[in-house]
Amino acid sequence: MGRAVDTIAAVATAPVEAGIGVVRISGPEALRVGDRAFRPRRGRPLSERRSHSVAYGWVVNTDGHRVDEALALVMLGPHSYTGEDVVELQCHGGAVAVRRVLEVALEAGARLAEPGEFTRRAFLNGRIDLSQAEAVVEVIRAKTDRAMEAAVRQLEGSFSHAIREVRERLLGVAAQLEAEIDFPELELETESREALLEGCSWSLERIGVLLRNVRRGDLLRNGLRVVLAGRPNVGKSSLLNRLVGKDRAIVTAVPGTTRDVIEEWVSLGGVPVLYADTAGIRETEDEVERFGVDRSREMLRRADLILWVVDAGSGLTAEDLALREQLPSSKPVIGVLNKTDLVDPAALDALAAELKGLRLIQVSALSGAGIEELERAVLEEAGALDMEEGFVATERQGDALRRAADALRSALATAEAGYGPDLISVDVRAAWSALGEITGDTVDEDLLDQIFSRFCIGK
Amino acid sequence: MGLTKKYDVAVVGAGHAGIEAALACARMGMETVCFTTNLDNIAMMNCNPSIGGPAKGHLVREIDALGGQMGLTADQTFLQMRLLNRGKGPAVQALRAQIDKRSYAWQMRLTLERTARLDLKQAMVQEVLVEDGRVCGVKTASGLVYEAKAVVLSTGTYLHGKTIVGELQRESGPSGMAPAVGLTECLRRLGLQVGRFKTGTPPRLDGRTVDYSAMQRQDGDPEPWRFSLLSPRDERKQLPCWLTYTNPRTHELIRRNLHRAPLFNGMIQGRGPRYCPSVEDKVVRFADKESHQVFIEPESWESSEVYVLGLSTSLPEEVQIEVIHSIRGLEEAEMLRPGYAIEYDYVVSTQLRPSLEVKTIRGLFCGGQINGTSGYEEAAAQGLLAGINAALYVQGREPLVLTRADAYIGVLIDDLVTKGTPEPYRMMTSRAEYRLMLRQDNAHLRLTEKGRDVGLVDDHRWGVFTELRQAISAERERLERTVVAPTPEVQAVLRDAGSSELKSGVPAVRLLTRPEIRYTHLQAMGVGRNDLDPAVVQEVETVLKYQGYIEKEIEQVERMRRLEGKRIPADFSYQSLQGLSMEAREKLEKIRPETLGQASRISGVSPADIGMLMVYLEQRRSGREEVRDGGGEC
Repeated sequence: MGRAVDTIAAVATAPVEAGIGVVRISGPEALRVGDRAFRPRRGRPLSERRSHSVAYGWVVNTDGHRVDEALALVMLGPHSYTGEDVVELQCHGGAVAVRRVLEVALEAGARLAEPGEFTRRAFLNGRIDLSQAEAVVEVIRAKTDRAMEAAVRQLEGSFSHAIREVRERLLGVAAQLEAEIDFPELELETESREALLEGCSWSLERIGVLLRNVRRGDLLRNGLRVVLAGRPNVGKSSLLNRLVGKDRAIVTAVPGTTRDVIEEWVSLGGVPVLYADTAGIRETEDEVERFGVDRSREMLRRADLILWVVDAGSGLTAEDLALREQLPSSKPVIGVLNKTDLVDPAALDALAAELKGLRLIQVSALSGAGIEELERAVLEEAGALDMEEGFVATERQGDALRRAADALRSALATAEAGYGPDLISVDVRAAWSALGEITGDTVDEDLLDQIFSRFCIGK
Repeated sequence: MGLTKKYDVAVVGAGHAGIEAALACARMGMETVCFTTNLDNIAMMNCNPSIGGPAKGHLVREIDALGGQMGLTADQTFLQMRLLNRGKGPAVQALRAQIDKRSYAWQMRLTLERTARLDLKQAMVQEVLVEDGRVCGVKTASGLVYEAKAVVLSTGTYLHGKTIVGELQRESGPSGMAPAVGLTECLRRLGLQVGRFKTGTPPRLDGRTVDYSAMQRQDGDPEPWRFSLLSPRDERKQLPCWLTYTNPRTHELIRRNLHRAPLFNGMIQGRGPRYCPSVEDKVVRFADKESHQVFIEPESWESSEVYVLGLSTSLPEEVQIEVIHSIRGLEEAEMLRPGYAIEYDYVVSTQLRPSLEVKTIRGLFCGGQINGTSGYEEAAAQGLLAGINAALYVQGREPLVLTRADAYIGVLIDDLVTKGTPEPYRMMTSRAEYRLMLRQDNAHLRLTEKGRDVGLVDDHRWGVFTELRQAISAERERLERTVVAPTPEVQAVLRDAGSSELKSGVPAVRLLTRPEIRYTHLQAMGVGRNDLDPAVVQEVETVLKYQGYIEKEIEQVERMRRLEGKRIPADFSYQSLQGLSMEAREKLEKIRPETLGQASRISGVSPADIGMLMVYLEQRRSGREEVRDGGGEC
């Protein structure tokens, strides 16, 4: 095809605080660019070194000035990540330092890579398959360590493995149906209906588990948005400060002081959580405050979880209840009883009885009591606990899983309606090929192999 | 005039493929010659005396829809006709007929004789003559040369045929006929790759010595089913088949003699089909099964010879007799002829274009068992297409290529030319992705117009077809317009059918989409017509009832068409494509698919490979456009 490929460079590590930063240079000119950008402390220039060797030295700009101390890795194509010649400059972490090293690489003749371009090249050069390619993008985008771990696990194929397991089971179901059609003399009807029911329910269950993990994948990738809501002066701001561990929101006793939305990212058990405080959502004449109220409504609409904060000391007021009415009904809500240190237990019990049916956590933002329990509840509500089994799935993968599940439910419904194997198998095949889209497997001959290995057929 | 006439098309072989090819060519106006090594063996059914079954019955209906012969002659000569999978939905229902094999062969011979422009010759063709990459005729073993603009090879299992019974083997075609020698060497000289397959057939018994009282009787259906649209639906006498079973004693006998079974002692090298294993194969591979089905099938009205379906074998003759006697109802049976295995040469089918023309030799077509398939129906279907395309080639017209969404024939040929086959290829419904659309009941709706376009469907068939098509769409429209009111009679019919009652009037089509409501219920409500051709009723009902499912399939077809529409340039070089897997590159280089769709079906070519191909084709295309844009008009 001979279409000229240029040499690209980009920061290969996520833009977070990390010990080291990596600038990757890939393409036919990678070694030349590397020679210009890096001066080894001793020995030969990078272009004369063996593949998969490491050199210690300095990143230097076009004037020869040392920009940073670095390690340079040389990996020659096709045995590199992208399949092309690759030079990686490992320098000190920190956004500024990495940025400067990248600038040197660009000055030395590389083009800034587009997002995902290394991965695309790796894919086009046959170094990785589709689901691995997606996992790599996840690793790059991962916001926290745990997301990184899940992405790495997908890279290692545990997600593909789980999908293949389901597909294998469905293959067995399909083989039963097909044998029933093509070899009517074997009278396999009852047998194949049993296989269908068992196989489909089992598969639906497994897909359900995977789908929950898709949700976790979203969670890890996009973070969990937790919004604090409550009438003014119930202690939302103090609670937020407790949760993010900083004196960030302006805490005063005058209602409506928190005019804008205050948000802060924290890492909660490895899950990125965004806590946001709202200005309250009462009707108001004050223009500035109304602006805050509109923003708050928008925040609530986008929330994954709402913490409805109540001042336990003053008990439930009409305003508390009116506010609760206004919370979007589709969102999970945890009731947070604040200032419990100021209330006697009997009053608390009465309050809890009044709010039966709602999950309640008692805290004191002031003393910090109950905060850990609240944090656990937040993670639980988000389904983010017990992530050991987790796979990070992409939206495309989630979509394929949902289509597979829909198809299986439809297959069961078709069987239920008394239709024959020809119609049932349309959906079983659809489920099977939807899952195949995730792993990138081809199918037809497998099915025949299955049929022939399971049934004794002949003339 | 010289010794031999000049022909448009020469067909080599007069089995199920050859006769369809020869008839198609002659009917399309070609001066045609059809060679056979023995004029008394035209259209022989050397294995089971039956035509049809799942997927195979579909093929016969498609052959008929295109203007082929198999369905008509089967309808003329059947002993028994059954609709299989009746309880399983319209897509997989299939006709299967027991055939009087003598009378079938004779009727076919007469049909050939009575066809204008068609000459039959008894001769063994040994050479295909090629000049400048184009075929120009054939040469027989006796040295006569027949000039022809196109040649269709349909030699069945005769090429270097070798039959094996126990320790005895000899050079032979099926049923003791002479093998075809010499042609394989010629094909090799022409650069074609030739492989070797094995198949087999069971023993035949004297029906007078079979105790049918110990067996289950299987009768034909009372309904007048027929393969062909043109056959009369008259009432016919039918013959039953009989079912019995092997038992542990049978299996023990076979196990004790495995060392004498050519399949297991290394005498047979060729690869046999998995779907049609010999009984010794079944006993070994499914050791835990205590019994296997054995069907006794009549072969003719006149003769008492019967076929033993399920006992295909190449064990020594005396073991075969013992095995037969171990089976209930066959204790006293006299064997008329032993079962045997046969090995034969076939042409590796990935060397063919989708038109069945050999890629490297213009005008040379291959159809039937020579392409590595098994079965009369598969052979006839390919013979028909090879014949049609040979005629179109001579006429200088575009070939007829059926897609996987058009017909089972399309699936069959696409599989052969794209994937090739590691074993004798049998058609099965599971090979078709678009099974709900490719029903046996709508074969004419799918294909008759195409048959008309190429010039094979005559005025009579066209008239019958268009009338039927018209009646179907008229009834469909009528049911859409007709509103069924919730009268007491209607509610009663619905109740009896276990269906929910109406709250208000609905179009009749809506009622038919309910799974439990059939057209007969509409008739009971006074809404359905009683004077319609059953074929019309069936088509209208099926399409309405399965619309939702059919639509899902159509969606998939559309997706496939997008890939089918992307043509790969003939000069495309896969060698320089870095990203392709080694296997994909080799396969693509060898098969040279014509479209991305075809490429995607080659085993060993993964979706990732296709994705990459797509990117490169797109780059190449946009690269060319840039050049064209830059160059301006010149």
